[in-house]
Amino acid sequence: MAVRDHVAIAGLGITPMGKVYGRTATGFAADAIALALGDAGLTKSDVDGLLIHANTAPEMNPNLQMALGFEDLAVLNAMSAYGSTPATMLQYAAATIEQGQANVIVLVYADAPLRPALGAGASYTNQQRERGMAGLPNAHGFYGANPGYAMAARRHMHLFGTTSEQFGIIAVGQRQWAMMNERAQMRKPLTLEDHQNSRYIAEPLHLFDCCLVSNGAVAVVVTSPERARSLRRPPVYVLGVGQGAPGDSQRTDRHPGIHTGAARSGRQALATAGVGLADIEVLELYDCYTYTVLVTLEDYGFCAKGEGGAFVEDGKLAPGGSLPTNTGGGQLSSFYMWGFTPLSEGIIQARGDGGDRQVARHELVLVSGNGGYLNYHSTIILSPSAP
Amino acid sequence: MEIPVAYDKPVPRPDEWSQPFFDATLRQELLLQRCAGCGTWMWPVRVRCIECFGDDLHWTAARGTGTIYSFALVHQVFHPGFADEVPYNVAMIDLDEGVRCVASVVGVANDALRIGTPVTVTFERISAELALPRFRPVDG
Repeated sequence: MAVRDHVAIAGLGITPMGKVYGRTATGFAADAIALALGDAGLTKSDVDGLLIHANTAPEMNPNLQMALGFEDLAVLNAMSAYGSTPATMLQYAAATIEQGQANVIVLVYADAPLRPALGAGASYTNQQRERGMAGLPNAHGFYGANPGYAMAARRHMHLFGTTSEQFGIIAVGQRQWAMMNERAQMRKPLTLEDHQNSRYIAEPLHLFDCCLVSNGAVAVVVTSPERARSLRRPPVYVLGVGQGAPGDSQRTDRHPGIHTGAARSGRQALATAGVGLADIEVLELYDCYTYTVLVTLEDYGFCAKGEGGAFVEDGKLAPGGSLPTNTGGGQLSSFYMWGFTPLSEGIIQARGDGGDRQVARHELVLVSGNGGYLNYHSTIILSPSAP
Repeated sequence: MEIPVAYDKPVPRPDEWSQPFFDATLRQELLLQRCAGCGTWMWPVRVRCIECFGDDLHWTAARGTGTIYSFALVHQVFHPGFADEVPYNVAMIDLDEGVRCVASVVGVANDALRIGTPVTVTFERISAELALPRFRPVDG
């Protein structure tokens, strides 16, 4: 089974993003699904499959089906491979569509961690005490994802001479993209000096090395390529999908923060799509931190291991550059919907819907997903052209 | 080891699986699980050997020495108990037995922390039940 023969993207729905209050994750999910169905020219009664992104808000579990009033679904699951979930949803959707068990499947991510008067950092920080040795990191003051990525970034800097300014160039470029995205949370200009002067969160990571926190939802409607061609919008085809989960067995001969799953997932997705890295025209890379972008570029093979800093230094990822990357501003500057941030912008670019930020050549769009402390990875290759 | 009067940082809660590890901290011993089948050392608590998947794991005294693999300086206060200490370090320590653990480094200023520095374990008594294993530079 090739994913590309059985699944195409027919609809996209994105709610208002960021400090949007007075709506639960269930409410955001409903809004995004309504938008996505409207985009596809379908109605709720056409839906026979619902794949819910788990591990976000508590209500993002199988009961969301009932909360939203879906009945008689043929495919239902709450799925999670953390930030690499969308690719796994596409694999699952393709398998069930191929078997004729479902035809219109909705993928949905929703979250509402932000509350008025609660800092963004606090909203994702688990204050519950873990039992046993799992409580040791908190005892040392290790909270949330920041210290883990900071340590991976510092190790990379130590091994290869990567600099904070090189991380900053990634942040500055993405802000330039975000300034052309009306949905982006951060639209004020950002200079390298601003990046360098921003407070440290977990040194060596500055504030502007870290992603946003967002309330909102994204929904994607998928169906068979044949059905997609009969719907309201031109399909976006899923040419290839790959996954790679290096894990972390906490052994000294393993380096998951330096060598990520992008190598495997990228190889798989490109091979399935039958295209090469040099053919890719737009990149939507998971960017929980600037460092994630840099190490992902290396592991895909855009440059050699350790050369990511020098690779991004000329601004090639920014508007006007030779490798347009995170064209909506990414998680750093637009909004943070885990793997649905890069996926949604990939769909927008493949369709040519990017407006002022639309990349002229968008035949092949590569979308990455990442999760944990670089423990999970996925790759999706999108195209507006049928395989 | 005296217990600080007003220790306001999170204290781990030993459970059935980790009890031997925490008990040993009161004796200032660092224990690691080791597989009797293949000799692999592990961190933190495992249910089977991560190498051979055997289930004959034994808590075994480690040397307590290693090197700093990487570290971060945390500037943001995520727990009020650390408010007076920011920026403070958290580190990954590569132990000589081949396991990598999250800990913190004491006895060295933030700007003197270096990747690769040899360290040895030290224990800070933080409750009646346990001491927190931390690391200090060997020469420090």
